[in-house]
Amino acid sequence: MSVLEKVRPERPATAAAREPRVTDEHGRRVRTGELVWRYLLLLAVLALTVGPFLWQLSTSLKGPTEDIYGSPPRFLPAHPTLHNYTRVADTIPVWDYALNSLKVAAANVVTNCVGSALAGYALARLRYRGRRVTTLVFVLAMLVPVEGIVIAQFTTMRELGLNNTLIGVVLPGAIGAMNVLLMRNAFRNLPYEIEEAAYVDGANVWQRFLRVALPSVKGTVAVVAIFAFMGAWDDFLWPLIVLSDPSKFTLTIGLDYLHGTFANDERLVAAGTVIAVAPLITLFACLQRYFFRGVGEGAVKG
Amino acid sequence: MAAPLRVKRQLLVSPWLFAAPGLLITGAFVLYPFASTLANSFTDRRTLLPGHFVGLANFRELLHDDMFWTGLRNSFLYILGVVPALVVLPLLLALLVRKNIPGITFFRSAFYTPVVASIVVVGLIWVWLLDERGLVNSLLESVGIGRIGFLSDQWLLLLSAMAVTVWKGLGYYMIIYLAALANVPRELHEAAAVDGAGPVRRFLSVTVPAVRSTMVLVAALSSVAAFKVFSEVYLMAGPNGGPAGEDTTLVMLVQRTGTGLTGRVGYASALSVVVFVVTVALMLLVLRADRREER
Repeated sequence: MSVLEKVRPERPATAAAREPRVTDEHGRRVRTGELVWRYLLLLAVLALTVGPFLWQLSTSLKGPTEDIYGSPPRFLPAHPTLHNYTRVADTIPVWDYALNSLKVAAANVVTNCVGSALAGYALARLRYRGRRVTTLVFVLAMLVPVEGIVIAQFTTMRELGLNNTLIGVVLPGAIGAMNVLLMRNAFRNLPYEIEEAAYVDGANVWQRFLRVALPSVKGTVAVVAIFAFMGAWDDFLWPLIVLSDPSKFTLTIGLDYLHGTFANDERLVAAGTVIAVAPLITLFACLQRYFFRGVGEGAVKG
Repeated sequence: MAAPLRVKRQLLVSPWLFAAPGLLITGAFVLYPFASTLANSFTDRRTLLPGHFVGLANFRELLHDDMFWTGLRNSFLYILGVVPALVVLPLLLALLVRKNIPGITFFRSAFYTPVVASIVVVGLIWVWLLDERGLVNSLLESVGIGRIGFLSDQWLLLLSAMAVTVWKGLGYYMIIYLAALANVPRELHEAAAVDGAGPVRRFLSVTVPAVRSTMVLVAALSSVAAFKVFSEVYLMAGPNGGPAGEDTTLVMLVQRTGTGLTGRVGYASALSVVVFVVTVALMLLVLRADRREER
């Protein structure tokens, strides 16, 4: 279940306090030479993975007179300025786009949490004719590659008159089949006894679901919520297809538009990308545990 | 497991109420579009025109469409370029961040940051880094190599896009490998070390066999994802995949053909069917290779 708990068992705090030496996960000492090359490699990879984000941030803070093309490059802005950020807002309605992204992401979180918890509970706990078929429907849906059906999704949205609306952006991914199956597994892993006790006490199915089962799978709900938020906030192909009116754009489409129109203004595009990525990096920094847990659970199903 | 709760008649309705929202969304926006993609692929439907049955005409047209072959070639090249790197590099990275040395949780999280960022952000960051006047070229010039047109040459651009895909995926697969490595018994390593095996030998004959099934999983996930590549190339080469469309991928072609008011829905659906078939074939192929090796 939990990836990280297995990956990094806690070192006993007392041992660490008593002896300053560095030990690995089995309590064995790590030699100094090995430690040095490990940190050197870690720093090199850090520069490669985080460096590009920092360079983008640095570019976005450089004023119009500062050289951004020089060789050797200047990593820090000489006179940091927020000028480029106000320019982005003057060029495209970036805050409206951010609000649209937020609406889409929030709606996606709510629909996925509610819808997949309900369906997952039915698949895991309720006995009815057609349960196997319902499970099969979600398994098959999970295997269908989105890229192969976007065109038909687009024509479906047109038939419903929902193309070029934010509702149209949300609907296809509103209750992900993968999330339904994740919730199903979470409910199945709960012991039956608690719910049986509630049943004996006269609780009906909704009460058992809401008061007994759901509170026990909060962790999985959190994983579903985070991946629903991230998926909606980051999505590109579907909003690109379904939205055509620039006033309805989400941030990713808005950025593509900004880049397409002002490709030669690197400071401007850099400021736009920082606006788009900052909220997610903040979210990630606060809720890392769930991000990693989701990878483990998703990969097992995937 | 114990038998499901014995329940009364009232539950005949409520299971369907529980499952209804999920079934409705899945039916309307996944299964119905899937079926209509298959159906439309035999018609000449357009965005604004209903279209007629044309038999296999779309598929015959595919065979003579140079852009289709370009897209198919690029999508397959993408698998060849990306999958080996995504199977091996994250494993090495997982080995690097496995030991709980001080600060390691910071490094693990930092290496995961590209996964969290939107592909659009990632694409635009690299468009600027690899620009003719960008950071990478500034660095190359200052060490005397000179500037390289990463984004102007057809093949260099495709390679650069692959590098971006690998860069964004490293952290994700690293976490998957970390979970797998946690289950490798330490005794195996020690026994090998006692037998005089060096680090490389131990990696090849202890670590790799132990995480082999995870490597197969990563190969399956990353090859399917690589074949469906869209955003990286769209952002780096432009919506048309370069001046003559030479960097177009199959999904880019689907998007370009089937959308907008003049979209050729029928033809784009035929292209989508190819996407399905190859995706399913890839999954079966990888799983089959796995089973054969196990025997």
